[in-house]
Amino acid sequence: MSIIEILREPWPWYVSGPLIGLTVPVLLLIGNKSFGISSSLRHICAACIPANISFFKYDWKKESWNLFFVFGIFLGGVIAAYFLSNPNPVEITAKLSAQLATYGITDRSGLMPKELFSWESLMTLRGFIMIVVGGFLVGFGTRYAGGCTSGHAIMGISNLQWPSLVATICFMIGGFFMANLILPYILSL
Amino acid sequence: MNHLENQNTDTEGINGSQLKDSALSNLKYGIVGIFFGIIFVKAEIISWYRIQEMFQLQSFFMYGVIGSAVVVGIISVQLIKRFNIKTIQGEKIEIQPKTFNKGQIYGGLMFGFGWVLTGACPGPLFAQIGTVVTVIVVTLVSAIAGTWFYGLIKDKLPH
Repeated sequence: MSIIEILREPWPWYVSGPLIGLTVPVLLLIGNKSFGISSSLRHICAACIPANISFFKYDWKKESWNLFFVFGIFLGGVIAAYFLSNPNPVEITAKLSAQLATYGITDRSGLMPKELFSWESLMTLRGFIMIVVGGFLVGFGTRYAGGCTSGHAIMGISNLQWPSLVATICFMIGGFFMANLILPYILSL
Repeated sequence: MNHLENQNTDTEGINGSQLKDSALSNLKYGIVGIFFGIIFVKAEIISWYRIQEMFQLQSFFMYGVIGSAVVVGIISVQLIKRFNIKTIQGEKIEIQPKTFNKGQIYGGLMFGFGWVLTGACPGPLFAQIGTVVTVIVVTLVSAIAGTWFYGLIKDKLPH
């Protein structure tokens, strides 16, 4: 296999995980920046719609590195999609596949199920909850918690901060609760 | 610390540097972001399916990703502290401590709900849009609205 062919395959966790972990020292060493992504949403608010709210009155320009970083993530997504995309359908567990089929979710051509994440789906109650309510909870919850998977679970725990461990445990509890107890009802809408 | 007043409970993604970043020096964070976005896509961390498998305990994959990232992060930060390693500009490395408040519980649970619904934390959201699932722009706008709403009602919430 050529290198490109190898890169096109999904990467195993023991390659991706350590590379993500290395982002922590890289950002610290190249400019004293603590890894964290959800803060970019706050900077966007501060830059575009501060509305005289004290939480958004600060010098966001000093944090603009964070906006460069997330714009880079977007470009990385573009590059991966155009040059390194896996031509095969996404592989998922047989159990999940069978579960989703009962809700009519059978398209495996992309990393996101098209039946849920598309403009047509957005107009349905199910799609609206997944896309709009879900997004709102991500934005509200991460800021209320003071961080997300990157800021708490990776950066905070790397720095041995116990509040970050508490936050991470709550992310997981919330996730288990939603995935197992609530989501089946939403998917059947 | 610095310019972010009422920031002491929220030090995520903070700029610990006292130096001013020019647009040119900010470009390097964009480059790190590009690599990061590629990893997100190729590790399929941006996949809604991977998040469901994780929370239904059907696959070890995401635990492996997050777990190994944390291990590498811990070792790196401890090495930086132990050997007092400086930034490439020669600055002492500053990492703000996290202080506990109830938001980490309530907000953490809410983020957990949203994570399962959207299949994304904030980082993967940007990468998902990059992979031309354009409707995720709506998720992003909604997440920005959620952050804004938090800022609006912050003082009325238990912390």
